[in-house]
Amino acid sequence: MSRQRKNYEETKQYHFLQWLFGKEDYLNGHIEMKEEEEEEIIEDTAQFSDEVQRKRIYERLYNLDKNREMKFFNKIYAVVSVLFCLCFIGIMLLAVSYLPRFGEASNPDNNEVSERYIEKGQEETGAVNIVTGMILDYRAFDTFGESNVLFIAACCVTILLRTDYSKKSKEQKKILRAQNEDRNYEPKNDVILQKVAFFLVPLILIFGIYVILNGHLSPGGGFSGGAIMGAGLILYLNAYGFAKTERFFTSKTYKVITVGALSFYCLAKSYSFFTGANHLHSIISAGTPGKIISAGLILPLNICVGLVVTCTMYSFYALFRKGGY
Amino acid sequence: MELVKILLLLFLIVCAIAVSFTKGMLTTVITYTSYSLVMSIIWILLESPDLAITEAAVGAGVTGVLFFITMKKIEGIDEEQEEDEDEQTEKKL
Repeated sequence: MSRQRKNYEETKQYHFLQWLFGKEDYLNGHIEMKEEEEEEIIEDTAQFSDEVQRKRIYERLYNLDKNREMKFFNKIYAVVSVLFCLCFIGIMLLAVSYLPRFGEASNPDNNEVSERYIEKGQEETGAVNIVTGMILDYRAFDTFGESNVLFIAACCVTILLRTDYSKKSKEQKKILRAQNEDRNYEPKNDVILQKVAFFLVPLILIFGIYVILNGHLSPGGGFSGGAIMGAGLILYLNAYGFAKTERFFTSKTYKVITVGALSFYCLAKSYSFFTGANHLHSIISAGTPGKIISAGLILPLNICVGLVVTCTMYSFYALFRKGGY
Repeated sequence: MELVKILLLLFLIVCAIAVSFTKGMLTTVITYTSYSLVMSIIWILLESPDLAITEAAVGAGVTGVLFFITMKKIEGIDEEQEEDEDEQTEKKL
């Protein structure tokens, strides 16, 4: 009988049935074979021994008393790095010594370009603030590139930091959620922070909107105003938590606002480039300088840049904090 | 006015050196944000308020906050050490 069983255990049929019925065989009775656990234990011990071996190797490597090559290399490394630093400082100072003096009239940057910006900037762009006139009219294409860089940076941060819950099992989801909800270890309703935020957040947001809308009249513009509004939103999120901000800001609103603003910017500026290059009459007039609705395209472009910057700042914070928004 | 400018520039240099030489990450980030704040004041003195607003919002506000969250995630703020120091000061008192 025992020999027969041995023979039977070696046949392919036995292995097939074992695989089919989940390691139970009807001829042997219901004996469960706990091979899986044994395998796990073996893996664990293997990993353990691996770690121990690695530690031993590292200890032997970085034991400076015995490893003479390492000691020598460390010394050479320190000397060479100091030398390299000194050389670099010397080259930089040499380069600076060849530059023209700060603020002299004969400097190469005092050419016809800055002269034209200062003399005809207000007349041509309609913006009282010459800086905004330069950024969003003469060099609007550069600013478009900058906004796209911000958008791409936000996309990269999303790819790197976003936690994808859909592919995980239920237990993993629970663990991940617990790890990401870092408010568990904080005072959930910080009264001081909430009261301060209650007064400050509206002020900060209104100041940001003011800076964006008056970009062509007073200092500031899309980027500065957007950064202020983003900081205000971050303060609001810190005080009241994700439950409140998710009512008006999710990843879908982020997508809609950023892509819409960037494509509007692209279309509006393409139109003005097209008419400008072909000497056509543009519908958008410069208006009277000094009024809110003036300076042609600068005001809507400022709003677009401000929206992109606000959303990017906020989404950076949300992604860093819990890997999603 | 010249004296104020020189003091601010000296503060910038001291901050920049202190950032690279302090060991605690929390102190480093706080020094860095104070550097940004002084930089924004210097921008105003150089008559470029556009840059000053951006520097104050981004340099002193958003980057500092992002650094703080990152440190919390990688456990860069050494809480045990701080607690030990607190206990020691309490004993002394």
